[in-house]
Amino acid sequence: MSDVLAVLEQRDGVLRKVSHEVVTGARRLADALGGTATVDAVVLAAGAVQGTDALGGFGADKVITLTSGAFGAYAPEGCAMTIAARATTGGYSSVVFAASATGKDLAPRVAAKLGVALAQDVTDLAVVGGAVTVVHPVYAGKALLKLKLTGTPAVVSLRPNVFTPVQRPKAGAAETVAVEVPAGRVLVKQVKAVEAGVLDVAEASIVISGGRGLKEPANFKVLEELAAAFGGRAAVGASRAVVDAGWRPHADQVGQTGKTVSPTLYIAVGISGAIQHQAGMRTSKFIVAINKDKDAPIFKVADYGLVGDLFEIVPKLAEEIRKLHG
Amino acid sequence: MKIAVCIKRVADSETRVRIGADGKSLDEAGVKFILNPYDEFAVEEALQRRDAAASGEVVVLALGPAQAQETIRTALAMGADRGVLLQADRVPVDGLEAARALAAELKDGGYDLILFGKMAIDDYNHQVGPMVAELLGLPCVTTVAHLELAGGRGTAEREIEGGVEVVEFPLPAVLTTDKGLNEPRYPALKGIMAAKKKPLDVKPVTPGAGGVVVLAMTPPPERKEGRIVGEGVVAVAELIRVLREEAKVL
Repeated sequence: MSDVLAVLEQRDGVLRKVSHEVVTGARRLADALGGTATVDAVVLAAGAVQGTDALGGFGADKVITLTSGAFGAYAPEGCAMTIAARATTGGYSSVVFAASATGKDLAPRVAAKLGVALAQDVTDLAVVGGAVTVVHPVYAGKALLKLKLTGTPAVVSLRPNVFTPVQRPKAGAAETVAVEVPAGRVLVKQVKAVEAGVLDVAEASIVISGGRGLKEPANFKVLEELAAAFGGRAAVGASRAVVDAGWRPHADQVGQTGKTVSPTLYIAVGISGAIQHQAGMRTSKFIVAINKDKDAPIFKVADYGLVGDLFEIVPKLAEEIRKLHG
Repeated sequence: MKIAVCIKRVADSETRVRIGADGKSLDEAGVKFILNPYDEFAVEEALQRRDAAASGEVVVLALGPAQAQETIRTALAMGADRGVLLQADRVPVDGLEAARALAAELKDGGYDLILFGKMAIDDYNHQVGPMVAELLGLPCVTTVAHLELAGGRGTAEREIEGGVEVVEFPLPAVLTTDKGLNEPRYPALKGIMAAKKKPLDVKPVTPGAGGVVVLAMTPPPERKEGRIVGEGVVAVAELIRVLREEAKVL
């Protein structure tokens, strides 16, 4: 009874990329538990889910699609009930979610139903003496808590972009089961999508954020052009100052009262780098800062700094990136 | 409308974090404590809903040490009617234990709405609101950035990756609030004076130990010392080179 349940996400019948990270984290836990511990990956959907066949490659022993008409959109109550029931009947020792918008909503409901503790938004996982331990950033990332979860199952959600998917082939046997789910009280009536093709800052592998140094909202187009140069891998983020000023939507805000991002490359443009901003981006793999003030705090956390006029530097950078991708 | 707002006393985000002698918690010496910023949206929303209905009550509930009375007074100064402190030496690390203590107090309160901030900026636990909803068997919507209420039902919007979910739910309900929902007011001097006379019940509680053991609190790994690669547009070539050859991200 030392198996791991990985809770995946789909939207409109397509598996979300963050699910690869969840399977990777779950596999890591299963391997740490030792023996023959297996990973069951479960996805709730209205029908077949595109992309589940790749999950064996990331370490899923079994991929279970639980179908119900209620799962066309996110159904918080039906999902919580179904996952909690599965976790109980399957006798899992741990349940792994993504700390995405959906996962952060669902995991607490499931943990409360199971009567066990939850560690949200963890950046590392291990097994010590048979118990699951996690690393959870606190105080705006200024400290890390190492926690041991003593309940069974141990319920965790993984910070997006931290658990880099690795190939770890397992059977990935597919199983589809129709489930009965009562209509919930909380119903998602509509999902208003933002512009097609625009990546969310929390999920992009490259994030280019702008601050007051951009001087006015229209100037964000230089950042959008740089993002476009990366060919669909980059999203444009913003500092709190420019979101509060109404230049950019709150959905784009990186920092303590915005989103926490961990992209491979974070480029801070015209952002001084207050501690609240750093809270949202300091776990990025590489940080580049472009700022005219050489004493700006952002240079303290940046791997590479460029001092100067962003309106000269950023277009040149975009041009060079386009050449590389050309 | 009878509305409960669950708030938390947290260390200010400007705080320089020093780790306590136990190696497991914040050294609170010299730390400034504030009302959790996300809870301000919850308090503001409650006040606006009460005032729009021109009737009802906003009750502020906190779990925490005796000093959390000051935090409750801040919410009372904003305009809440009365406060309740569930006094405990510490807020449990296990969010479910905090939720259990709050749910026990909220259970028979007859609230139409129970509001929380979407998360606390100290522990980043992001879970107590929906856990309270589960314990009370109430519908719940988290990270609400827009809210409409009419005829005992509500419509909320919440941000998800690449979009916004429009969610319908019946009252009574538990909601957690996100930035964007409203602009929290600053307490006026008159409010601060009035807050001193508003009722504040203190009830001792003993939350359970829960299922989370803190093994250690450590500073984050230092980021490897970075460097300025150059000045001005001429340095772009060098930046490209280091991103390709050192960072290998291009």
